[in-house]
Amino acid sequence: MTTTDSNPASVEVDPSGRFAGTGTRGTRILGSMTVVAMVWLVAFGLGFSPADRDQDEAVRIMYVHVPTIWVAYMSFVVTAVASGFYLFGRSKALGWDRLAGASAEIGTIFVAATLVVGSLWGRLTWGVFWQWDARLTTTALLFVTYIGYLAVRRLGGSHQQRARRSAVVGLLAVLLIPLVHWSVRLWRSLHQEATVLDTDGDIDMDGLMLFSLFVGVVAFTLFYIWLVLHRTRVMAMEDMMDDRGLDLALASRRAEVVPTQKLEEN
Amino acid sequence: MEDAGFIIGSYVLTFVMVIGMSWGVVRRGRRLGAQIPDEDKYWT
Repeated sequence: MTTTDSNPASVEVDPSGRFAGTGTRGTRILGSMTVVAMVWLVAFGLGFSPADRDQDEAVRIMYVHVPTIWVAYMSFVVTAVASGFYLFGRSKALGWDRLAGASAEIGTIFVAATLVVGSLWGRLTWGVFWQWDARLTTTALLFVTYIGYLAVRRLGGSHQQRARRSAVVGLLAVLLIPLVHWSVRLWRSLHQEATVLDTDGDIDMDGLMLFSLFVGVVAFTLFYIWLVLHRTRVMAMEDMMDDRGLDLALASRRAEVVPTQKLEEN
Repeated sequence: MEDAGFIIGSYVLTFVMVIGMSWGVVRRGRRLGAQIPDEDKYWT
């Protein structure tokens, strides 16, 4: 038998591999659907969709750029909702906290992807990778805020303390999303306004372009659901290992105390 | 063509991120899963 972790809570790994990971039949089906949707996204995004009148071929970046920020927004809203359920619910179930944490991790990585891919798109359309424009700056602020949220989750304390602390931050941080979304209207911005979710309700986009964008949103949403399921399960196991480590430490401490007491009695 | 490099690069970066995240989470799940009995896992 071998160990795979330096964590004191680690126990011997089951060499037969009998113990399951985080996959289930449901996640495997979801994973397969995600792969198919991603293949469709590449086919439509890079192949079938037409070039844009103004942006020419550069518009193809939109099919990954918009879905990544969509997933980031959705992740942070899920974090806030789960934080609310934890904070104001009666059960104080840690499952809500894990959902909030998993979702925030995914959202943060997706914001990073949005910023990087957006800078490539910016280079093609504006001629620069970065501008301290309202949309770009507020998106960078959103990224830094959720890095802070993840840092708060790593502060010491019990699982319940972690959950309470991070739930408050999760509920406050989500207030940035409307600011990011409406920044293009609130301030003069290089960044274009929303094409699909415009206030007047008109969708000014070619049908095949809209379909390609829809495929991208579906693909990344499926991926988000698949990943958040796996990540919450990993977090549950990490919490179990933490608890086990604490139990072992307590048992070890008690074992140290008992012989000392016996010596004193003798 | 310069545009093609940026366009394909944006797709490559996005998919590298997607695959990297998936691989990391599934791998961690397998490692921890091997140390915890199935009866303790609510999803099994």
